Amino acid sequence: MASNSSEAAEAASPGMPQLDFSSFGNQIFWLVVTLVVIYVILSRVALPRIADVLAERRESISNDIAAAEDLKLKAGEAEVAYHKALAAARAAASNIVEAAKAEIKVELAAAIAKADGEISDKVAEGEKVIQEIRKDALASVEDVAKSTASALIGALGGKDDAPSVAKAVSSEMKG
Amino acid sequence: MEGDIVQMGAYIGAGLACTGMGGAAVGVGHVVGNFLSGALRNPSAAAGQTATMFIGIAFAEALGIFSFLVALLLMFAV
Amino acid sequence: MASEVNSEETGLVFHPMDQFIVEPLFGDGPVLWYTITNVTLWMALSVVAVVLLLVVGTSRRAIVPSRTQSIGELAYGFVYKMVEDVAGKDALGYFPYIMTLFMFIVCANFLGLVPMSFTTTSHIAVTAVMAMGVFLTVTLIGFFKHGFSFLSLFWISSAPLPLRPILAVIEIISYFVRPVSHSIRLAGNMMAGHAVIKVFAAFAGIAVIAPLSVLAITAIYALEILVSFIQAYVFAILTCVYLKDALHPHH
Repeated sequence: MASNSSEAAEAASPGMPQLDFSSFGNQIFWLVVTLVVIYVILSRVALPRIADVLAERRESISNDIAAAEDLKLKAGEAEVAYHKALAAARAAASNIVEAAKAEIKVELAAAIAKADGEISDKVAEGEKVIQEIRKDALASVEDVAKSTASALIGALGGKDDAPSVAKAVSSEMKG
Repeated sequence: MEGDIVQMGAYIGAGLACTGMGGAAVGVGHVVGNFLSGALRNPSAAAGQTATMFIGIAFAEALGIFSFLVALLLMFAV
Repeated sequence: MASEVNSEETGLVFHPMDQFIVEPLFGDGPVLWYTITNVTLWMALSVVAVVLLLVVGTSRRAIVPSRTQSIGELAYGFVYKMVEDVAGKDALGYFPYIMTLFMFIVCANFLGLVPMSFTTTSHIAVTAVMAMGVFLTVTLIGFFKHGFSFLSLFWISSAPLPLRPILAVIEIISYFVRPVSHSIRLAGNMMAGHAVIKVFAAFAGIAVIAPLSVLAITAIYALEILVSFIQAYVFAILTCVYLKDALHPHH
């Protein structure tokens, strides 16, 4: 069936190149070379390196996780410390407020007492002045009454008897 | 003339040999289908059995490949 | 026989397997065992991809990773957890070995999805060497760790006594089929996806079907991205399962 020239060249080999035994030696030789080369490369260079990289990555990941755990713990501690400090600060603040309040109270009481004293002094002084003024006023009222009485007596045509008038007026005023 | 008859027989044989590949197809489908139905029932166990499934597929398929090889041998090497 | 189905009348040219041909990169000579071929180129590119992702990407050793570094770390963690979960803690010594297989397969698969590229993992020679490597390693580990009691892996003590010889035969057969299925699964998956993409690409030669074909290529491409990863995952996880059998054969 097949008899043209291109076929004639292949006539020596069977139809399936896979069954062409003349090429087996070649293929086997190069396959062995290839496999040996790959094996050497893999076992000497590639596989140890990849194993290293994977181990390194696992280590660094677990380290990172440990570090994160550590930081979390530290954050918790810091939070506790913060709360403690906050409470202490609050207590101190309220103490200060109390002290200030007490101090102010004391000062206020002193000031009030002082002011009270001054006020009572002033009141006493004023009362004295008022007393004096009242005394003066009474005296002058007697004078006015005496002079008015003697003037009235004069106007009515009576006799001006000053000492008796004065006596009468003062007795009237006391009564 | 005699060679032609031999060749005809070889080609017919090759065609018949190829029917064996249908069996391999059925086998592979059976393996995967059963794996899938099992995996849907118990998905948690499926992941560990994938390798076993592939081994089964490989065995089933190898026989189909054998028949294909017989066909090829009849076509080209006889 | 026919490596290509060529129908000149419709203009459709199917070369689904041409993308897997091993060619010398320089010149046109025969493919000797040391010849620098496209296999060499794309394996070297997958080494470069691994180095870029796991060595250059992590060179800054950043605690907060860059995008590349976090993808590298994700791959590391993914495989590490897989080894630990499936094979047990005492299997962690073999972690670089499984990581090597996983990273190579992932990078080769994804580089194979680049248009015009060559998918090294689509070759049975490549995957068979890896699977046989795993098989021999696991068997030797089993015998070194447990001596002849490793054979109790095949003698299922929980089964009824008359059944045990039969089960032992089945277990031994399945044990020796392991490298076969282990290698063909990966190679077959990668080959199938790429061949299908190529077939759909060939259909794009007809103008009427071309949009549909491009759509189909897009869909298959998305599937292939998924498959690329899943096959690497499956290869690694099966290695872990076998390793677990070797380390703890008494089940």
